[in-house]
Amino acid sequence: MSVDTVSLTGWGRTAPTTALRFRPRSYEEAAATVRGCGPRGSIARGLGRAHGDAAQNAGGSVLDMTALNRIRTIDAGTGTVVCDAGVSLHRLMEVLLPLGWFVPVTPTTRYVTVGGAIGADIHGHNQHVSGSFSRHVQELELLTAGGEIRTVRSGTPLFDATAGGLGLTGVILSATLRCHRVTSSWMSVDTERAVDLDDLLERLCAGDHRYRYSAAWIDLRARGRATGRSVLTRGEHVPRYALPARARRTPLAFRPGPLPAAPARVPEALLGGAPAALLNEVRYRGAPRYRIGELQKLAAFLHPLDGLPQWSRAPGRTGSVRYQFVVGHGQEEALRRIVRRISQRRCPASNALLKRFGTGGPGWLSFPVPGWTLALDLPAALPGLARFLDSLDEEVATAGGRVCLAKDSRLRPELLSAMYPRLADFRSLRAELDPDGTFRSDLSRRLSL
Amino acid sequence: MKDAFGAPQSLLVLGGTSEIALATARRLIALRTRTVRLAGRPSPALESAAAELHALGADVRTVDFDALDSASHETTLGKVFAEGDIDTVLFAFGIAGDQGRDEEEPLAAVRVAQTNYTGAVSAGLVCAGALQAQGHGSLVVLSSVAGERVRRADFIYGSSKAGLDAFTQGLGDALHGTGVHVMVVRPGVVRPEPAAETVWAAETVRAAGTVRAAGAVRAAAGFASAPLEASPLTTTPDAVAEAIVTGLRRRSETVWVPGSLRAVMSALRHVPRPLFRRLPI
Repeated sequence: MSVDTVSLTGWGRTAPTTALRFRPRSYEEAAATVRGCGPRGSIARGLGRAHGDAAQNAGGSVLDMTALNRIRTIDAGTGTVVCDAGVSLHRLMEVLLPLGWFVPVTPTTRYVTVGGAIGADIHGHNQHVSGSFSRHVQELELLTAGGEIRTVRSGTPLFDATAGGLGLTGVILSATLRCHRVTSSWMSVDTERAVDLDDLLERLCAGDHRYRYSAAWIDLRARGRATGRSVLTRGEHVPRYALPARARRTPLAFRPGPLPAAPARVPEALLGGAPAALLNEVRYRGAPRYRIGELQKLAAFLHPLDGLPQWSRAPGRTGSVRYQFVVGHGQEEALRRIVRRISQRRCPASNALLKRFGTGGPGWLSFPVPGWTLALDLPAALPGLARFLDSLDEEVATAGGRVCLAKDSRLRPELLSAMYPRLADFRSLRAELDPDGTFRSDLSRRLSL
Repeated sequence: MKDAFGAPQSLLVLGGTSEIALATARRLIALRTRTVRLAGRPSPALESAAAELHALGADVRTVDFDALDSASHETTLGKVFAEGDIDTVLFAFGIAGDQGRDEEEPLAAVRVAQTNYTGAVSAGLVCAGALQAQGHGSLVVLSSVAGERVRRADFIYGSSKAGLDAFTQGLGDALHGTGVHVMVVRPGVVRPEPAAETVWAAETVRAAGTVRAAGAVRAAAGFASAPLEASPLTTTPDAVAEAIVTGLRRRSETVWVPGSLRAVMSALRHVPRPLFRRLPI
């Protein structure tokens, strides 16, 4: 097991802290690390794609789980996979697609580990149909505070605390997943343009049930009548028989190639102001008004940003903040107000996505609840951003919504219990399971989880 | 823990009556700070500063701290760090001394050097060790332009700040990569704003029932060097506080207040001594 002292940040590259990083290659090594961690505790870390400080532990131990990356069994008949927590969704796709299976839920990047996917209870463009990741987990092995390994079945309180529990109940060692059957690695994509936010919400309400994947890119710089104009892309796995002859020869091929790395720093002037507005204009005008049945490769549709490694470096040294919230159905007015405020402020928001959520996950701290979610990236160096986001938090909390913890790096701790009503259960279970606070992260310290 | 914008949740101020430190604390409390420890020699001024910050909604406690008593620093500061993580430590203690008298009385001059430099060295190393152990945190040290190029008019104060500045830079390099961020703040001549001054006094009356404006002026004068009084390169405690908050957000290593001093001082630094001696500064 290798050990080194490293400065770690989340994907947003804000608030670096230093920790001892252990890289266990077996359960025994992981258990020994947890048992031997000092008073500042330990936390598991996967591929570091959480935007905030969920997988950092200042002055303590961080268990880099990526060496535990064995896929143990695949039942090609039922699509049940047992794998270690450090296996990435990318690896699972490489292995499963040729067998005709696909991961049940994938976020906008496939470079996340299975353990991280459960710990953050990730959601993807298919949330309205499939729910979040942990809904497809049958059971998992959890290394708890004393160093013992427990098998946790779906439906138990410990499972519900662990799903979306940000690694604070223990270290997930392995999981049993149920996968989704596919017959090709191609997507049929329908694209529509929505002229404003109301138009978008209407289209999402009317048509979402017909598609497995649905999300809209929203132009947060458009103002006035065009506020909230968006490009809505919705897709479906293409059945093999519907593929054109050329694609039918290798229907399950999966060979996404990365482009050259993003530059270490994009000048601020390009991220905001006129260039960003122009880029958004081109992106909106460049999208077809209405197009159906376009064939796209799976990675191009689901993970467009994975083609650009290190894209999080673009905002420079001070990094970026991802802000994602959800407000329930019936709270459209709050959503409209927030979108209006962001666009009036002319924030250089990037990767802005709006999506309609379906039924929430079982996890107590799991983010998705039925309603509308908006996610956007903002450069952290923006003056006055802290207060602006605080005021958005207030609106979200007043509307009964919540902010996504896996992406958070700045939430005001006082708002947490209003946003997550099961927080008290989570805290009491943690106090019982881990009275000495063996599992801690910067996020748990910041929000007193 | 600090958030993505560098706003700390807990703050330790060494030199708890400093006007700059209090202006910074007020700003940080408006952001995320909930725990404030004001360290300084016990005095009514320290208590009323604590009461004022407490009224803003923070959990404030005072800590007995004497910069001259280096031997006690480890115990005093160790206790503060043992209670919980400290996200930001602000070094705001220092005395300006009286150049004329200090030249006559070497012991008074030594006192300036001991407070501003030796005291900061021992406290700095203790805090650096504690921050390194917790793996995160910021150490903000108030230096001064007076230390950048030492002038005839205040070379005793200036040399102590020069030592402090060099020490802090070295400490910052030593701690690079340990998760601890060290920031040197070099304000120009700090004088309290007349308008802000009255508001501040009125607030204090409401909060603590005592007027301590005179003390505030004295504390601010600790960073002043008189002959530059009227130049456009002077600044106010509020401006310095704002620059500190911005510096924390940007994780800056050196902050000049006002920013234009960076250019001015980089020119002054290279002026030959025979000429520098004759400059009317």
